[in-house]
Amino acid sequence: MAEEAHGGGIQIHPMDQFVVKPLFGGDTVHWYTPTNVTLWMAITVLVITLLLVVGSRGRAIIPTRGQSLAELAYGFVYKMVEDVAGRDGLKYFPYILTLFMFIVFSNLLGLLPMAFTTTSHIAVTAVLALAVFVTVTAIGFIKNGPKFLELFWVKSAPLPLRPVLAVIEIISYFVRPVSHSIRLGGNMMAGHAVMKVFAGFAGVAVVAPFSILALVAMYGLELLVAVVQAYVFTILTCVYLRDALHPSH
Amino acid sequence: MRPAPTVTVKTQEDSMAGEAVAQESTEHAAEAAHGAADAVHGAADAAHGAVDAAHGAEAQGIPQLDFSTFPNQIFWLIVTIVVIYFILTKVALPRIASVLAERKGTITNDIAAAEELKLKAVEAEKAYDKALAEARSEAQKIAAEARKAIQEDLEEATAKADAEIAAKSAESTARIAEIRDSAMASVEAVAKETAVEIVAAFGRSADADTVANAVDAQMKGGA
Repeated sequence: MAEEAHGGGIQIHPMDQFVVKPLFGGDTVHWYTPTNVTLWMAITVLVITLLLVVGSRGRAIIPTRGQSLAELAYGFVYKMVEDVAGRDGLKYFPYILTLFMFIVFSNLLGLLPMAFTTTSHIAVTAVLALAVFVTVTAIGFIKNGPKFLELFWVKSAPLPLRPVLAVIEIISYFVRPVSHSIRLGGNMMAGHAVMKVFAGFAGVAVVAPFSILALVAMYGLELLVAVVQAYVFTILTCVYLRDALHPSH
Repeated sequence: MRPAPTVTVKTQEDSMAGEAVAQESTEHAAEAAHGAADAVHGAADAAHGAVDAAHGAEAQGIPQLDFSTFPNQIFWLIVTIVVIYFILTKVALPRIASVLAERKGTITNDIAAAEELKLKAVEAEKAYDKALAEARSEAQKIAAEARKAIQEDLEEATAKADAEIAAKSAESTARIAEIRDSAMASVEAVAKETAVEIVAAFGRSADADTVANAVDAQMKGGA
């Protein structure tokens, strides 16, 4: 993928930023090797701890700025779960908040120069999406038993249409984790790659001003995308959870 | 941003190897190997170069599809998620929830207290109004009583004065009557004496009783 423009002498390697590298030298990446993935995930954990634990340590009735932010994040996701998944979905609120916090901070930290974006990897997003898919399906069967299958049997449709709709519903159900994971990973990867390409063009004097302006604009857009994608992932999780809790249409 | 140094070095190595052995790219490597069948050593080199090139291409390919890094990423992801989950459920969430609940409680209590105080204020106002009205009626009552007392005093005084006046006038009347009586008696006596004197002047002697009777009779008739 590396494009080499021999004429201008510039080298653009937009995908190099995604390479998983061992932190302490060596070439082979075993499952336990501490890599840049480990480093940035650890930073994510640190930032989340800083926000939610250190930020709220005052336990003040009138919150400080940090505590306000922590409460804002808490209230935002809490309300989302309550509104979308219903009151009985609040049992799963800690897990959904975990997902949201991890994704939003991975996305935002990935925007730091030289950073590694863990959520730009399909391996990460696929595991997150599959975890949601498996959990939600399990909850659906445990809570509703065979009635969970009513999710695929559209009662409001005319009877002859129902088998057709059932097939479509089942396909769409199983496509969920795919779209769920690729949406997040693809957005992150594409945005970062495009930014890197623009940054590479900044080495050519003729296009440099345009390239830098475009890069600034892209960066703003990517900030938005980072938060929106985390929001989308979370709200879709809530929607799937609602389907599992209340499968009848 | 410059690419990471390790990758740059690798790329250079790859390209050098590729140039030294086969100018063609990866897909032509096998063909090059066939073409150089007589030179076994060269063929081996070419194959080696092809492998190197392929390896280089893989490193340069989409890192997201480099499955060799998947176990690593998945392992650390699970560790991360579990750590975050425990930090949230053990520390952060109970704390934030308790703060929010406490705040909600405080606000509810404050509102209830405010409501109570408002009720108290209304009650106090009522009591004040009532006291005011009572005071006013009391004042009116006192005023009326005072007026009544004054009236009574006045009447009493008037009556007393009237009685005194009446007594005085009665006394005066009696005195006047007395004076008049004494005056009348004097007149009678004078008349009798005068009559006696007149009779004596005419040269006739008359006894006093006869003259007195005559005068009495005359006065009665005259009156």
